[in-house]
Amino acid sequence: MAELQTTDLVKANGQVRAQRKGPPTAQLSAEDAAAKKRQEEASRKYGRGKGIELKNVKDRKARGTLKALEERYKESALKAKEAEILLEHDSGFLEPEGELERTYKVRQDVIRQDVGVETAKKGFELKLEGMGPYTCDYTRSGRDLLLAGRKGHVATMDWRSGKLGCELQFGETVRDAKWLHNNQYFAVAQKRNVYIYDHHGVEIHNLDQHVETTHMEFLPYHFLLATVGSAGWLKWQDTSTGKLVAQTSTKQGTPTSLAQNPQNAILHVGHQNGTVSLWSPNSTTPLVKMLCHRGPVRSLAMDREGRYMVSTGQDMKMSVWDIRAFKPVHEYFLRQPGASVAISDRNLTAVGWGTQTSVWKDLFSKNRQDVDQVKVQSPYMAWGGEGQHIERVRWCPFEDILGVGHDKGYSSLLVPGAGEPNFDALEANPYENAKGRQEAEVKALLNKLQPEMISLDPDFVGKLDTVSNQQRQAEKDLDRKTGAEAERERVEKLRNRGRGKNSSLRKFLRKKGNKNVVDEHKMRVIEMREEQRKRAKEAKEGRKGEDLGPALARFGRKGG
Amino acid sequence: MKIKALTRSTSSYQAPGSDVAHHPRNLDPAIHPFERAREYTRALNATKLDRMFAAPFVAQLGRGHVDGVYTLAKDPNALDRFASGSGDGVLKVWDLPSQDEVWQTQAHDNLVKGMCWTQDQKLLSCGSDKTTKLYDPYNSTPGSAPTATWLGQNSFTGITRHRTDTTFAVSSSVISLYDLSRPSSTPTQTLAWPTSIDTITCLSLNQTETSILASCATDRSLVLYDLRTASPLHRSVLTLASNAISWNPMEAFNLALANEDHNIYLFDMRNLSRALNVLKDHVSAVMDVEFSPTGEELVSASYDRSIRLWKRNEGHSRDVYHTKRMQRVFSSCWTPDNKYILSGSDDGNIRLWRSNASARSGVKSARQRQKLEYDVALRERYKHMPEVKRIARHRHVPKQVKKAGEIKREELGGIKRREENERKHGKKGVKRRSDREKMVLATEQ
Repeated sequence: MAELQTTDLVKANGQVRAQRKGPPTAQLSAEDAAAKKRQEEASRKYGRGKGIELKNVKDRKARGTLKALEERYKESALKAKEAEILLEHDSGFLEPEGELERTYKVRQDVIRQDVGVETAKKGFELKLEGMGPYTCDYTRSGRDLLLAGRKGHVATMDWRSGKLGCELQFGETVRDAKWLHNNQYFAVAQKRNVYIYDHHGVEIHNLDQHVETTHMEFLPYHFLLATVGSAGWLKWQDTSTGKLVAQTSTKQGTPTSLAQNPQNAILHVGHQNGTVSLWSPNSTTPLVKMLCHRGPVRSLAMDREGRYMVSTGQDMKMSVWDIRAFKPVHEYFLRQPGASVAISDRNLTAVGWGTQTSVWKDLFSKNRQDVDQVKVQSPYMAWGGEGQHIERVRWCPFEDILGVGHDKGYSSLLVPGAGEPNFDALEANPYENAKGRQEAEVKALLNKLQPEMISLDPDFVGKLDTVSNQQRQAEKDLDRKTGAEAERERVEKLRNRGRGKNSSLRKFLRKKGNKNVVDEHKMRVIEMREEQRKRAKEAKEGRKGEDLGPALARFGRKGG
Repeated sequence: MKIKALTRSTSSYQAPGSDVAHHPRNLDPAIHPFERAREYTRALNATKLDRMFAAPFVAQLGRGHVDGVYTLAKDPNALDRFASGSGDGVLKVWDLPSQDEVWQTQAHDNLVKGMCWTQDQKLLSCGSDKTTKLYDPYNSTPGSAPTATWLGQNSFTGITRHRTDTTFAVSSSVISLYDLSRPSSTPTQTLAWPTSIDTITCLSLNQTETSILASCATDRSLVLYDLRTASPLHRSVLTLASNAISWNPMEAFNLALANEDHNIYLFDMRNLSRALNVLKDHVSAVMDVEFSPTGEELVSASYDRSIRLWKRNEGHSRDVYHTKRMQRVFSSCWTPDNKYILSGSDDGNIRLWRSNASARSGVKSARQRQKLEYDVALRERYKHMPEVKRIARHRHVPKQVKKAGEIKREELGGIKRREENERKHGKKGVKRRSDREKMVLATEQ
């Protein structure tokens, strides 16, 4: 190294010596190798997919910009990885100690005994018999619980402290209930319309355009309440302005399920015929239709990164789909049709079927290719079988809790390893105070995304619209003939239409206004007309000849 | 069986009795969906806020002048003092913090044509009454007599001083150099282009390459001189006359010309046959131009009653300032801290403007500063988006200016169209001339 520095950088003949740090095939130093490994690990966990091939970018300026962007992405992945040491919590787990132990045999009471007192309190049961199967929903921070019984009982509660928020008895059918952006408002799909209530249970709005709604979803970043009713109309209502943003008919009868993809806010609607269609408010036709089941699709769930979908159908199957490529990953058999399915933040899949609930682990892994995804042999945990028909399963965000709504009330189950251990207080904070909640609401409203931004690729904003250029190119008829070829085609077209009095050739020649214009095209047409006439004449003569017979034809008058 | 479930204690996020909440972060992209769309929304909001807070006008200074303000001169050794000269021969010196007049005198019988401050903070002014006077506004009472006077043959049109020497140059039909230490009426040196006889309208000594002097004359020429050889270097003739010259304080070889043809031309003095950039937006003659102290931006005053701010490397103005009462603007300059702009107009008022319309001075909290920096970065990142671009570019301009702009655009379009037609149907092989060299009619060494 020292030698290299002392040598002249310019050769005797004036050429500049090429400088290299080491021989061309030098191995990475230990430090560099470690740095590279760290970078790879970071990119795998926090990266934004494969980088852009810079070699193919011809524009130097664009290449420079893209290179800087790639560097920034890499750096941010590395920083996120390095920031991991600041994370305060580790996820929970349930691990067998011997070969004979099975995690799905662990019962709730065993878990409650093994975990701390405070945690054990989180597993509880609410006996609400008589008000019909209960659906449940957690707020985005996982702090409040909304319970809605089919027969008209709706209650909210801060489930950690066990405090009841409000309790309402409607005395009419309640099909679904959903929290809006925070724990201050919730929407209830009642017998005829959807109503919005505040945290005291005071009716605020009657959304009378949502008729006989069966399923609801709330898109928190867009402030859109999406509903679908028995008539199959999908409607998006802006809850911040009160405007009905879009409505489309799914045109496939009464939908059987509805779920949102949390990554791109696309709605997945399950239909009677086993198809799942994907909808955005910007299109009146489904973006994608996929045939998932042989029978009605009972329930749908997407993982939080929007890569996989798990669906259950009346055909007693639970299937896992890769919704980036729309390919099946694996299919699982359930003994009864799965009534409800939910995927937790750490990708545990809970499925309620009949009176049972089972939790599956590693149905899919984002770091594996589709062909390498393994088919799991046994569930991670199981619960039920005690006569409660499961209506709804929902994971509590940021907790190891699975909420199960059934016909005898509601059960909160402890499922170690389900929840995201480290929340980001600026996204959703389970421990926020009233001030924080108010501020977060204002921030969220300022950053509200427009419904036009909903698309399959959530990162399309700010990108160059190359697709439409492609489309423009495609729409332009690239096979269009030019010059002599076009002329021939034009004449050909005229020739091939009708021979009668109104043949296109005659019509063209008869056309007013261009009698005195004799251009190439017209010459051709005249020529062709002559030809036609000649051919017609010959044909006529030929026919006459045939009439007279081969011997007398020679006496036939020409042109007669 | 090994079992562990998540446990968190409420008190670790907000201690009981405390109102300080702990906000843990997690940078995992999975819990931050719609990253791009949210960032774009923030950028759009930042752009809107930037335009909402745009309030360029700060104040008008004191009670102004009785006649129009035709020259402004800032003291290079002070941040807070500058002088203004008006059409009735009155000089006033202003204090920026109090926005008020501190000194004034009746210096000339007629127009004050030029002013500059010397190294020892004295004020030189020249007028069309054929005199150049030296005042000491820091140490004398208002209305006091000049400390020195130089009499000339003709009326003077402009004045500029040497960066380090005691020399200063004034222009009339020739450029005469005087020495501050020798109050004699004969110039130490005179400079002129041999064949030129017209009046020199403005001149400027380069403050970095201190011996280079540039001047403009009514014969539409730009002439460069070297004081070391006492000779003119170069002359180029443009299509119309120029009204002001400004040297770039950071790039000594670049200069800006305020031209009568509504444009500002940036030249490299090493190649005067072609402009570095042409700044087009004004709809009337540009009366004054000045580079900012950073050399990155320019301010120009125009006869169309507006001031425009430019970036050195862009062809159109980044902002336009005007008020209902501001008449023809004859002079404008940056304050030495790059934060404010001063303008003197025909209505006798001197106005103080912010150089960045939405910026506010004053102490900001760290969070606010961080937010503003983030907003700038966001705007920069999404500036190409149509909506962001539209909002960032929109400016209200007076009706006359808008109308004049439309007419001008139409006229220029017509000329261009005609030229194109001539090119298409006329003699073959005629090349288009670049806009950057069109206005240079001739260059002479």
